[in-house]
Amino acid sequence: MTGSVSKAQAPNHTGGHAIEDHDARHSAGRRGPDDTRFGSIPSRLRSIPAQAGSGHARRGTWDRYRRRRAALLGLALLFGLASVGVLAGLVAPGDPFRSSGAPLQAPSLRHWLGTDDLGRDVFAGVVHGARLSLAVGLVAALTSGIVGTLVGSVAGYRGGITDDVLMRLTELVQVVPRFFLALLVAALFGPGVGAITLLLGLTFWPMTARLLRAQVLALRAQDFVLAAHALGVPDHRILVRHILPNAVPVAVVSTALQVGSAILVEAALSFLGLGDRSVPSWGNMLNGAQPLIRIAWWTAVFPGLAITLAVVAANLVGDGLSAALNPRLQGAGSRE
Amino acid sequence: MSYFVQRLAQAVPLLLGLLVLNFLLIHAAPGDPIYVLAGQSGDAAYYAEMRAKFGLDRPVLEQLARYLLNILGGDFGYSYAFSQPVFGVVLGRVPATLLLMLAGTGVATLLGIWLGIVAARRAESPIDHLISAATLVGYSMPAFWLGQVLIIVFAAGLGAFPVQGMATARGGYVGLRYVADVLWHLALPALTLGILQLALVTRLTRIALREALAEDFVRTARAKGLASGAILYRHALRNALLPVVTVVGGHIGTLLAGAVLTEIIFAWPGLGRLLYDATLTRDYPLLMAIFLIVSVSVVFANILTDLAYAWLDPRVRYR
Repeated sequence: MTGSVSKAQAPNHTGGHAIEDHDARHSAGRRGPDDTRFGSIPSRLRSIPAQAGSGHARRGTWDRYRRRRAALLGLALLFGLASVGVLAGLVAPGDPFRSSGAPLQAPSLRHWLGTDDLGRDVFAGVVHGARLSLAVGLVAALTSGIVGTLVGSVAGYRGGITDDVLMRLTELVQVVPRFFLALLVAALFGPGVGAITLLLGLTFWPMTARLLRAQVLALRAQDFVLAAHALGVPDHRILVRHILPNAVPVAVVSTALQVGSAILVEAALSFLGLGDRSVPSWGNMLNGAQPLIRIAWWTAVFPGLAITLAVVAANLVGDGLSAALNPRLQGAGSRE
Repeated sequence: MSYFVQRLAQAVPLLLGLLVLNFLLIHAAPGDPIYVLAGQSGDAAYYAEMRAKFGLDRPVLEQLARYLLNILGGDFGYSYAFSQPVFGVVLGRVPATLLLMLAGTGVATLLGIWLGIVAARRAESPIDHLISAATLVGYSMPAFWLGQVLIIVFAAGLGAFPVQGMATARGGYVGLRYVADVLWHLALPALTLGILQLALVTRLTRIALREALAEDFVRTARAKGLASGAILYRHALRNALLPVVTVVGGHIGTLLAGAVLTEIIFAWPGLGRLLYDATLTRDYPLLMAIFLIVSVSVVFANILTDLAYAWLDPRVRYR
């Protein structure tokens, strides 16, 4: 399974991508050891060595993670943003939807980031908006991680018709352009932050499912699994106790890499006015700023900076996890 | 050839699946599906006619069959907002969007390959680190926000590029001057749309080139005494470009989504702008048609990507 052999296999598609599809940046046209039909596995995720899920292994992971400055920076940023979101009421007291001064004031000591056309404080909006963006990103990524793990491990372990059906479904979900689907659903069913989050979670999973399937296929043939079979351990127990713990790192990495993507789609939908209007969000602020950008640059610049910062942080953490959980490929795409 | 046929055959169930998904969406939407199929502003007689056409009083499977037959026959319904068949409305907007996408991807891909080469040749140098950091920001920021920032800088500050529309209103330019005018209007939207692609291609080229430069055939070429330029361009780059092809071709959906946002910010008269207007006027037949067209484009773009890949890497065809 060297690089040159796996390169010989057919190209992949990371399918129907909407704007958020940064995950495809990892698809280097390569495939995992046993994944011959369903697109490539990002080279860095290709096969993560089986590790015992012991505390010792986890310590090793953290040691590898913290050696990368960029990964630590990402973690610090993410932690900082999350704290700001959780403590929004303390950092910027009061209702961010309420006017707190004259409209369209430039940044000043009183209004650090200025005010919008209704006199609302931009700083307060940015602070309160952190909640929604981070929550949507995390919940959507977690949902997709769970669905992807389920589909991928069942497909890989059961094989046969189950595998075929599940992988066809994966392909279908993968080609559906999720930004357009989200837009359509918001237009047909009305906007709602819960619905959008769920929709993102239910469309982001194919990547995780494909990775998990390849990983489970590889693990299934290993001696310790064959030994468990020979001892008469039931299937579901083998899957849950012996295979999944070793496949989890793959799911963690691919889930972490979806967080930033989900934040970006939510922001884009809100920017189009299809997000939830009742919750303060960075995308909503950019929507309100669109007619004002020529006269009040601060209404657009700061919410956008906040989004960029959050997604950079999420991506740095994802890259860091990917390198830490996959030491064999360390350095291949490292970015310190 | 057989590879082509095989890929095409694989696309058929996907296309059917997409149509069924569309059908399910129509019926899952709250309220009478007739509003989604025929728009909200028809009169009673028109609704009766559409009910008969889609067989809404018939069993679900028959409804599905009728729906599929209508779509396969090129009948995407009628847009009340535009008072003409949806298909024609959509078709009229395709050229502007294609122009934007081609300009955005084309420039971004070439520039990204070049930046990736620069970074890979000077691996771990300050310039490599700078390019990597810029790349990270490039694919992490909302592209539409970059568009807004460009408008702030160029419209308010510099005034060097126009920020609205596709041509100067009442400019009355013809011939080459018209082309120049459109290109001038194209600059900022194309940059906005291309930034994601630029970042992805740069990053991938850099990674792939570094891997390729470490491979045996490159060492062999070096041992033969080939100049490093020849090694880079003739041996390593060709291999490194494979993942780039995948990303450029596999990103049609992303690109179309980006086009929607870009067109809204720069008032570019394309498909995305049309889609946005359709969400505002609740022109459902138009919405459904655009969704379907985008989905189908993604499937076909994937096939084309596979073919390009197979052409670049003959090993694929013989598996």
